[in-house]
Amino acid sequence: MAEKIFTRNFDRRDSHTLAVYRETGGYTALARALGMEPAAILEEVKKSNLRGLGGAAFPTGMKWSFIPKGSPAPKYLVINADEGEPGTFKDRYLMERDPHAMIEGMIIAARAIDSHLGFVYIRGEYVEPWRVVSGAVKEAYEAGLLGKNIQGSGFDFDIVVHRGAGAYICGEETGLLSSLEGKKGWPKIKPPFPAVKGAFGQPTIVNNVETIAAVPHIINRGGEWFAGLGTKTQGGTRLYSVSGHVARPGVVEAPVSVTLRSLIYDHCGGIRDGRRLKAVVPGGSSAPILTADEIDVTMDADGLKAAGSMIGSAGVIVMDETVSIPEALMVVARFYAHESCGQCTPCRESTGWIYKMARRIVEGKGRKEDLDTILDVSRRGAGTTICAFFDGAVGPYVSYIEKFRAEFEALIPHEA
Amino acid sequence: MPDATHPEFTADQLQEVRRLQGLYPDRRGALLPVLRLAQETFGHVSLEVEEYVAGLFDLSPAHVHEVVTFYTLFFQQPVGRHVVSVCHNLSCHLMGAKSIVEHLSRTLGVEVGETTADGRITLLTVECLCACEQAPMMQVDDRYEGLLTPEKVDRIIAGLA
Repeated sequence: MAEKIFTRNFDRRDSHTLAVYRETGGYTALARALGMEPAAILEEVKKSNLRGLGGAAFPTGMKWSFIPKGSPAPKYLVINADEGEPGTFKDRYLMERDPHAMIEGMIIAARAIDSHLGFVYIRGEYVEPWRVVSGAVKEAYEAGLLGKNIQGSGFDFDIVVHRGAGAYICGEETGLLSSLEGKKGWPKIKPPFPAVKGAFGQPTIVNNVETIAAVPHIINRGGEWFAGLGTKTQGGTRLYSVSGHVARPGVVEAPVSVTLRSLIYDHCGGIRDGRRLKAVVPGGSSAPILTADEIDVTMDADGLKAAGSMIGSAGVIVMDETVSIPEALMVVARFYAHESCGQCTPCRESTGWIYKMARRIVEGKGRKEDLDTILDVSRRGAGTTICAFFDGAVGPYVSYIEKFRAEFEALIPHEA
Repeated sequence: MPDATHPEFTADQLQEVRRLQGLYPDRRGALLPVLRLAQETFGHVSLEVEEYVAGLFDLSPAHVHEVVTFYTLFFQQPVGRHVVSVCHNLSCHLMGAKSIVEHLSRTLGVEVGETTADGRITLLTVECLCACEQAPMMQVDDRYEGLLTPEKVDRIIAGLA
């Protein structure tokens, strides 16, 4: 049976409170970290092979190491709790059921990067997570775990809980920073990377909720232990958000090396109502789709990359044999058209065109050149924009059509 | 009573605005929280509200307008006493979101984006609210409601004053 790290407290009564968190060893990692040199904390996280669990799978220790050494500038730690990738809901569970794991991880990370001010950017629609996290932050202040001279260590750290206002693009880290600064959430050109010039123009680390929640465990049990739970290139277990046509949808904790087949059939009870599997989106809506024959793949970042898809946010959307793939593409294309921030022409225009084409195909008014036009527009636009949003949209556009082309063609009138 | 045509915060609210502004290295960071406070106070973010909030930050009304129009949670027009937002993204689509939207539209007698004649409910469709394990789902004001069926939707709607 795989070890439970992130979910170990999920079913405990009042797991969101400081008292219960402490009963299960909460804040012992902080005590340890306050006695460690910042470089030693960083080293432990590097050893753990922890990779960003929000979507990009970037090595966390390496990210932290990009903060300029010895810089007198203020440095900020920003937690990306703007969960929005369709099919993903694990950060909501973490914030509602174990908010102190995130807070403890933040204080430890702050010490490693010499930050004294952190922000938790929570999507505006998440009212309950915001309430729970705000309550937990208040408790942490009252217990002397936040603020000045934390636990007599001489280390100061404050947390501001910030609420978004509804925009998927703010989950992109530089879009998030623009939004945090009181602007529309337009992504910024990199370089400079946030670690050099981020929030309010200062060195900033942006980490996902789940990523930061792993940190206390790594400090308590060692980087090697965490690395040993995963593959050679990615440590740990992680949370999979499984939805769609499975018998038991929900959050599943499993090692990063679990197979997609095992997630669907062992962890989630297989396909509901005895139906057959048709396709799976393995990592949130931006991940290229896999057919029923392609699910013997491991769910680590490199395993899915090799299979032509991506782990993204680990939002697994399962489709049974009753699903119309063209309709699914229309739904996904509507989303990208709605959420494109409008900054870069290829993304702003193409997402709109592609939605219109996908919609008319579903309505039986498609033209025979539409499928190739979608593929062409997708490929020409990919890689030409400031952020990864359009590349993410191309994932479904291209893969849905390439893998289920006959289904699209059947909807397009022949004489058209 | 201040409204969206003559917006003005109370002394307590102005103190809260200053507190929020003080939390950020640059006070503009508080723009979204203050706009939220404004919307909760005045009902929606009218052009007059934008101008009033701009004044509190020494920003141009154009900057505030650009921000307000970028985010889905700021309403530029009055909305009903309750806002019902049905997710129509992929997981909810797979689990029948379309029939939930059609049911709500029929029983409330409004199209998506409209408010009932009595000003009780505004019906919206929204992108993923990240509660896909409860699909199909919707947000009713501050609450998430999931595993929706037409019967469950009727019960929820009947409970809205």
